[in-house]
Amino acid sequence: MTMTEDPTTPGYKWVGTRPIRPDGLDKVTGKARFGADLILPNMVEAAVLRSRHAHARILSIDTAAALEMPGVQAIITGDDFPPTDDMAPGDAHQAVKVMARDKVLFEGHPVAAVAATSRAEAQAAAKAIVVTYEQLPHVLTVDEAMADGAPILHDDLITANVDPAPETASNIASRAFFERGDLDEGFAAADAILERSYTTKPVHQGYIEPHAAVADSGQNGRANLWVSSQGHFDMRTMTAKVLGMSASKIKATPAEIGGGFGGKTTIYLEPLAVLLSRKANRPVRVVMDRDEVFMATGPTSGSSMKIKMGIKNDGTITACDLWMAFEAGAFPGSPVGAASMTALACYDVDNFRIEGFDVVVNKPKVAAYRAPGAPISAFAVESMIDELARAIDMDPIELRLANAAKEGVQAPYGPVFPRIGFIETLEAIRDSDHYRSPVPEGQGRGLASGFWFNIGGNSVATVNVHADGNVSVITGSPDIGGSRSSMALFAAEEFGIDVERVQPHIADTDTIGDTDVTGGSRVTLATGKVVVEACRKIVTDLCRRAAKTWDCEIEDVEWVQGHAQHVSGTESPLSLADLAANAGRTGGPISATHAENVRGAGAGFSTQLVDLAVDEETGQTSIVRYTTAQDAGKAIHPSYVEGQMQGGVVQGIGWALNEEYIHRADGTLDNPSFLDYRIPVASDLPMIDTIVVEVPNPNHPYGVRGVGEVGIVPPMAAIANAIDRATDCRMEHLPMSPVALLEAINERNAD
Amino acid sequence: MNTPHTKSVVSCTINGNATQFLADSGGTLLNALRDDIGLTGVKEGCGTGDCGACSILVEDRVTCACLIFAPEAEGATIVTIEGLAEADHLHPLQETFLEGAALQCGVCTPGFLMAAKALLDKNPDPTETEIRYALAGNLCRCTGYDKIIRAVQDAAERMRENA
Ligand code: FES
Ligand code: FES
Repeated sequence: MTMTEDPTTPGYKWVGTRPIRPDGLDKVTGKARFGADLILPNMVEAAVLRSRHAHARILSIDTAAALEMPGVQAIITGDDFPPTDDMAPGDAHQAVKVMARDKVLFEGHPVAAVAATSRAEAQAAAKAIVVTYEQLPHVLTVDEAMADGAPILHDDLITANVDPAPETASNIASRAFFERGDLDEGFAAADAILERSYTTKPVHQGYIEPHAAVADSGQNGRANLWVSSQGHFDMRTMTAKVLGMSASKIKATPAEIGGGFGGKTTIYLEPLAVLLSRKANRPVRVVMDRDEVFMATGPTSGSSMKIKMGIKNDGTITACDLWMAFEAGAFPGSPVGAASMTALACYDVDNFRIEGFDVVVNKPKVAAYRAPGAPISAFAVESMIDELARAIDMDPIELRLANAAKEGVQAPYGPVFPRIGFIETLEAIRDSDHYRSPVPEGQGRGLASGFWFNIGGNSVATVNVHADGNVSVITGSPDIGGSRSSMALFAAEEFGIDVERVQPHIADTDTIGDTDVTGGSRVTLATGKVVVEACRKIVTDLCRRAAKTWDCEIEDVEWVQGHAQHVSGTESPLSLADLAANAGRTGGPISATHAENVRGAGAGFSTQLVDLAVDEETGQTSIVRYTTAQDAGKAIHPSYVEGQMQGGVVQGIGWALNEEYIHRADGTLDNPSFLDYRIPVASDLPMIDTIVVEVPNPNHPYGVRGVGEVGIVPPMAAIANAIDRATDCRMEHLPMSPVALLEAINERNAD
Repeated sequence: MNTPHTKSVVSCTINGNATQFLADSGGTLLNALRDDIGLTGVKEGCGTGDCGACSILVEDRVTCACLIFAPEAEGATIVTIEGLAEADHLHPLQETFLEGAALQCGVCTPGFLMAAKALLDKNPDPTETEIRYALAGNLCRCTGYDKIIRAVQDAAERMRENA
């Protein structure tokens, strides 16, 4: 097998190359074990009974008949869980989310779960459980939820961050607020002012692997849990909290994960599996059906936004007033805070006010979705900026360059940016073949940009050198898109050995130290950093061992291309394999661990350009050409960087053109299947051209910023901007589906 | 109270091996392959024929295992992802998927490989559009399809060269 050749960065032999991923063979041969692939001896299967109502009081649950059904081993309801009274509000909400107590708050809310010898038997028994409900009025949108006299989901929910605090409960969980300068002055200085309203619908992460968990509880109060998640430490800790257990009593082992995009950073099935296993006294596997995934796991927020922006004829943005309300689903916690922080982060704006509300509605609790919140506010801001560019007749790239955030600019959410690469992404698009080619006849071209923080956080790595001189790298970060490769590349670079001699491994919660979720675009940055640091500890140790062998000072030894060398050149160099073979005589096994709460994440920016055609007869949009430029800081394995960029763009295309939760008036979901919730397929798309920009993050040993998320921020606005240029229809609501676009075209024709 | 389960013995050929299994009359071939026969490389993404993760070859035709009742496999010749590689070498598609980073999470990969094999067995020199349409029944949420399409193009070329 061959490798694609890239010019390597001067000084790097491995970082920046494209080796075959270490877990690849298992994944192309069907050997890789994902969440639902584990079969334990004596294991039974589970099914979850879910509410068909969006909002109802549970009057009674009768499990007597179900318990008599064939194969049934155990049934649990809310009564089997510890009370939530003493839990912190967030934990109590989590506990009630995974199993309803006195009320159901969304269609799909679990009310009971059954373990039986087969899945079919468990499902049959679940159907035989009799639940009596008193239906309650529901709210589905922020407008309904915020209206006077709206039905209230949580009697104790008082809006946070409002002064003075409200005295009565409402559906508004909290308010985010950021402001700077003087709005009135800003608008007074503007030559053009525009005001617009935008809405977006809830969209699902759409990972192809449904949620799955296997649990095996013991009489000693401990449990083994196998999870397909973005972070088995968090799964363990959240599960323990909900069950009133001490976290270390649960050992969570990561399965391969079949996509997450943020949606697998929280628990759904895990506590149910642990409890059922305890009660059934057998291992339990529970796997969601696809409709359960849509009904009961996190989409991201639907939203309503109002924006007013002012601009001078020279392109200076003078003021921005942005109001947003986000659906949180049934429990507080929409990403409106992040949406507020990121909304204007691409730009240096002197006067702004950004206000965001987190609003509960009778839908599934939202979960993180790739750059949570940022794509939503960017849809408003980047659409508006395109309209302003047209209003003052300025090129949209020049307008962005005129206002671009750069080193030394204070971000709207507070900190001053260190070196960042936003301008470089704009220039990369401006200089691209795509931008320099004329827009084909009958098509529209749109551009938009986006920002995401990227994060660091807790990571731990243990590096072991085997007696044959090969290396194991053990971390706690589930590999969702090729991160094992990056870990191997870091180790190969640090040791100066062939990357194939490095075997990465992702360990369970008892084997490696506490590691945060694979999310926030943090793994290559933070887990990569601890791998590098652990390798450096070993290199120091290897030099010490060589000094011992040569009976010289450690200062006289240096590590060069996989060998310890004596600075004088008098000794023949000792390879890693030589030193490993001799380890018993120089201090024993060669191993090091590094644990760190990694700081110094580098902000990520993306600028994207799209050409599209709209069929005016049907309202159907075809994406013809797409180019995305993103600052990776440093691409460790460029193929997987490109893959993140392409994947983010295509999720954004789906969000822009087709995807939405469609609820019936009774609060039930009308489209909980991949047939009716249509994500992009291969025949919908062209190739997605990528330009990897590398403005190194000064705070990382290899300059990494993180690449997973920002790619999904610009597409919705880029596509709306292109549709506007193609059709003269400004779409202010997502999705811009054929039906919606046709309506807009008809309205335009009527004018 | 015991619901009688009708079970029947099904004989078929899976990955070249004569195989017998006890099939639940109402169970899908997907469940039989995964839970009874142990071929968990065949994935379930939806159970309703909408994602292609369960794609297998039945008489050389790409088929959703979730849409077939297990007893329907009687007498059939079936190939799953576990039967794609030879003992000493991978199928060219497996090689080009690895080299071209055509998988991120990898859960869709078995289905894509089987669908792509069915395409290339019929059409050794497909256009990009033909590949895109042949794979339109397989969902991938991670890659945006770009590298998958390229990997299929590369495999087609490699297979033509070695034909
Ligand atoms: S599982 Fe068969 S098509 Fe999705
Ligand atoms: S690689 Fe994850 S769904 Fe295709």
